[in-house]
Amino acid sequence: MLPYIGCIILFLIGIYAILTKRNIIKIAIGFCLLEYAVNLFFALIGYKKGSLAPIYTQINQQRNFVDPIPQALVLTAIVIGLGTTALLLSVAIRLHEKYKTFDIKEIKRLKE
Amino acid sequence: MIELYILLIVAIGAGIVAVEIKDLLASAISLGVVGFSVAIMFILVQAPDLAIVQIVVEVLTVIIFVGVILKTTHIDTTWTKEKEIRDYLAKGIFAFFAIFFLTFSLLAFKELPGFGKPIMKIASHYLIKGFEEIKAANQVAAVILDFRGYDTLGEATVLFTSVIGVLTILRKIGKTK
Amino acid sequence: MKGMTVIVKTITKLLCGLIFLYGIYIIAHGHLTPGGGFAGGVIIAASFILLILAFGSEEFKEQMGYLYSSIFESVGGLLFLLIALFGLLLGISFFYNFLPKGKLFMLFSSGIIPLCNLAIGIKVGAGLFAIFLAIAASRFIIKE
Repeated sequence: MLPYIGCIILFLIGIYAILTKRNIIKIAIGFCLLEYAVNLFFALIGYKKGSLAPIYTQINQQRNFVDPIPQALVLTAIVIGLGTTALLLSVAIRLHEKYKTFDIKEIKRLKE
Repeated sequence: MIELYILLIVAIGAGIVAVEIKDLLASAISLGVVGFSVAIMFILVQAPDLAIVQIVVEVLTVIIFVGVILKTTHIDTTWTKEKEIRDYLAKGIFAFFAIFFLTFSLLAFKELPGFGKPIMKIASHYLIKGFEEIKAANQVAAVILDFRGYDTLGEATVLFTSVIGVLTILRKIGKTK
Repeated sequence: MKGMTVIVKTITKLLCGLIFLYGIYIIAHGHLTPGGGFAGGVIIAASFILLILAFGSEEFKEQMGYLYSSIFESVGGLLFLLIALFGLLLGISFFYNFLPKGKLFMLFSSGIIPLCNLAIGIKVGAGLFAIFLAIAASRFIIKE
């Protein structure tokens, strides 16, 4: 159970960055940490002690493999995380062009 | 698995550095350290597909972060402003949520089958059927493209939507420099 | 952004073709070794991004970059959807595995999995390259 608690701590560091920081780049770093923690948690669930990767190499091999279903779910989630981070950073670039700052306390008035 | 715990401590330490440090370039590099240690942990739990994708995606994320930072501001973040009552309120809400979440997750982890002993009811059926009927050697590819192909179609749609979103937000009408 | 020094440019000229070939190898052997469509696609995108980072975005025709990556991404997505609809045309179900399965451990085996890997590889590679062009390498200035 100890590796699961490590994943939860990484998840809480990401939520701390999203809730309390004032710079948009720090908020984007928090989202990225959140994605890494959840993917790691899923991959750790399917581990079996003393087993090999789920790839056959000979015709009649003893079936001693780890669970392939959590790996299949995480494989697409990693690439989707990159798309989400890119979308957040493009919004940050646009905000900097209009307001000349990254502080979220000053991005409140509608630009005339 | 002593290496797994050492890498977890390195990842948590680099995460704290990435969130708290004042220089923006240094926090982008610490994010790269977190991603790299997660990739090595993927190798230790016998998942080579995930390690390949995680390394390249983490390098691309750091490149995009550094590209954004060098284009807009070279200076550091805003920490010289005075703290209002809202900042302390946000930290209090976070502390409340963290205690709540930790308590319920520790109660839920007692129901999980434990680290290293998964229940493989459906997975044993997939492993046998994937080898004898589909005749593929890589079982993860057989799962994502034959047993669960519909989820891959959904992922392709999400990636397409995010690319359209980025290209629409950053569309510039003007002349070149 | 500006380009880099002479050492980086020389090494990039030698290496970018090999990285592209490695990406194609990982896509093609997706059903035999670890890898598959997603891993090969991001490696192909990384080889193009290396080319732009080393030589700078001054001498790069940006309009053609957007045009070609849009074409390739749409072709990849439509190819994946067409392969999935083919099983419906034959009357059995969506995503049915209709090609012959072949022998074990050969390159042309296991049904529609190599074709699906190719479509996804093209799609992911072109999409990530378009994202990088828009965020970090654009040269337009806004018209006031």
